[in-house]
Amino acid sequence: MIDPAIGWWGVPVAVLGGAIRVSTPFLFVSLGECITERSGRINLGLEGTLVMGAMCGYATSYLTHSPWLGVLAAGGAGAAMGAVHATLCGLPKVNDIAVGIALMLFGTGLAFYLGKPLIEPTAPILPAIDFGWWSTVPQVHAALKINALFLIGVILAPLLVWALRTTRWGMTLRTVGESADAALAMGYSINAIRLQATVLGGFLGGIGGSFLSLYYPGSWNEGLSSGQGITAVALVIFARWNPMWCFWASLLFGGAAALGPALQSVGVSQGYHLFNAAPYILTLVIMILTCSPRRTLSGAPAELSITK
Amino acid sequence: MRLIGKKFGGAAEYVVIPVLALAAALVVFGAFVAVFQVDPLELYVDMFNGAFGSWFSWQNTLTRAAPLILTALCTALPAQLGMIIIGGEGALLIGALCATLAGLALTGAPPLFVQIAMALAGMLAGGLWIMIPGALRHYRGVNETISSLLLVYIALAILNHLVEGPLRDPESLNKPSTSDIGAANMIGSIPGTDIHWGFVFGLIAALIAYFLVYHTVFGFAGRVAGGNVRAAKLVGLKVGELILATCFLAGAAAGLAGMVEVAAVQGRANANLAAGYGFTGILVSFLARHNPLAVIPVAILLGGIGASGGLLQRRLGLPDAAVLVLQGLIFMTVLASDALYGRIPFLNARTSGP
Repeated sequence: MIDPAIGWWGVPVAVLGGAIRVSTPFLFVSLGECITERSGRINLGLEGTLVMGAMCGYATSYLTHSPWLGVLAAGGAGAAMGAVHATLCGLPKVNDIAVGIALMLFGTGLAFYLGKPLIEPTAPILPAIDFGWWSTVPQVHAALKINALFLIGVILAPLLVWALRTTRWGMTLRTVGESADAALAMGYSINAIRLQATVLGGFLGGIGGSFLSLYYPGSWNEGLSSGQGITAVALVIFARWNPMWCFWASLLFGGAAALGPALQSVGVSQGYHLFNAAPYILTLVIMILTCSPRRTLSGAPAELSITK
Repeated sequence: MRLIGKKFGGAAEYVVIPVLALAAALVVFGAFVAVFQVDPLELYVDMFNGAFGSWFSWQNTLTRAAPLILTALCTALPAQLGMIIIGGEGALLIGALCATLAGLALTGAPPLFVQIAMALAGMLAGGLWIMIPGALRHYRGVNETISSLLLVYIALAILNHLVEGPLRDPESLNKPSTSDIGAANMIGSIPGTDIHWGFVFGLIAALIAYFLVYHTVFGFAGRVAGGNVRAAKLVGLKVGELILATCFLAGAAAGLAGMVEVAAVQGRANANLAAGYGFTGILVSFLARHNPLAVIPVAILLGGIGASGGLLQRRLGLPDAAVLVLQGLIFMTVLASDALYGRIPFLNARTSGP
């Protein structure tokens, strides 16, 4: 199985390529969650949003023959889920973590229900841009086929850092996240701003889902997402609510997730399932290393229930 | 009208509000299926028949309720301490795996001995598994909701790895599985029924949990810590030990559910074990407001909804995920109904006025 041209180098090359490919859903979900959490609320339901996005994106692409319309529809579905989350959390005494769990179950259930007829047909998928034209090695070539959504994510991350730091929108959002009382005193509606942040977060989460069904793996089935959504939520904590760090962390997690398939491509198939669990183990280890019982995390929005 | 609240000292709203929430979810779900040209009335008649319409469906319902009671306790017990653990599915899988290992290791021993060993192995493994998020929360400040869910995916990977690799029975061709624990070691059914003994295990576990939470010093200490950690520390409660012990008991319940699924249903460990009982258990616990006694009727109700899924599929052509949609809707309306507590005047005992 080992390719004689590059031999075991196939593993790091495949991990690199995989990191870029697999990281895209992590990237979009974590950027979305970053916005939501900066407003002082956590949406654990992004796992459901991801699956709903994947289903809606695939369905729309199949019906309209335009994968980009599919991406938009996936974002719309995610935004709708975000709106439900924010509306429920806006009621008095309703716990945002619990609502997230409910939406996680509801989103996957609804996507499986509506997606039943989509398992068979093939929908047009998103195009990739070939950055590996200079290389004659097929593995390098494959690794550098980069999807446009990843590039959008690359631009989005620094844009969000800037927007959160300097724009009026970003400052209002952070005020609500740091001190709801202060924002209230300044005359802002806490619920309206959190609604906006959760809808936007859901929109990005849905787009992350569309990447799963419209590019990699590029089809719709019920095992499409297995915990990428919740991993991405944990990743935001690790990235200290900074969009640029979310980007680097997504690459790291993408690389970890690509390890299993990469090893399989050179013929190591033992422990395939264990390697597939690498991102979850990595998430857990990183959370153990970076959290502390004595102090709140640096950079944590003060209103966030999960770090209180 | 105020009598209702007076008579039951405010307890009435803990019954009336969840029932209202359930009704709201049924209405929304009815509207949802109506979009797909399914008559909601026919749906609910079928659903009732599939769940509680006959002795056959009752047996099916109670068989499904058994693991739900146990996995619900996995969320309900830590909830007394203010922790939201949603990793019951992982403890169920690990418990099932270790129970199977114990069963296979003791092949040839007297069945009762094997069964007890399997139950203990399942409970120990599940308990230790849920102690992980408890310990991480206490010693490292890691959020227990996220870590317990991550552990579900890790448990699933371990199960798949062992079942398809080192523990695989070479004769299981289509569905990789471990070897069979043997018909003699199965725990069997309650005499005169098709309901396996797991249901009785669930009832006993729920009763013990209820007694523990509301009638022991341990349970009281846990509820104090859940209400106010600082106050608990001030009066000298060892919060860390409380968290670890509670998480162990919670995981042990879910691990027992795994043992029951192996020793009463599957007979071996394979991917069939990941049937989602752990996730439905979360909903059961929330709907029962984390009260171990209320978990029993709620688990029967949701077991019934699950049991009717097959009938809905056959008679109305609904996808099997219809049950998941309904469960999700119930979860959302139940959480939304939290806003109603103390706001419906005639249900509230402390209503002032003449």
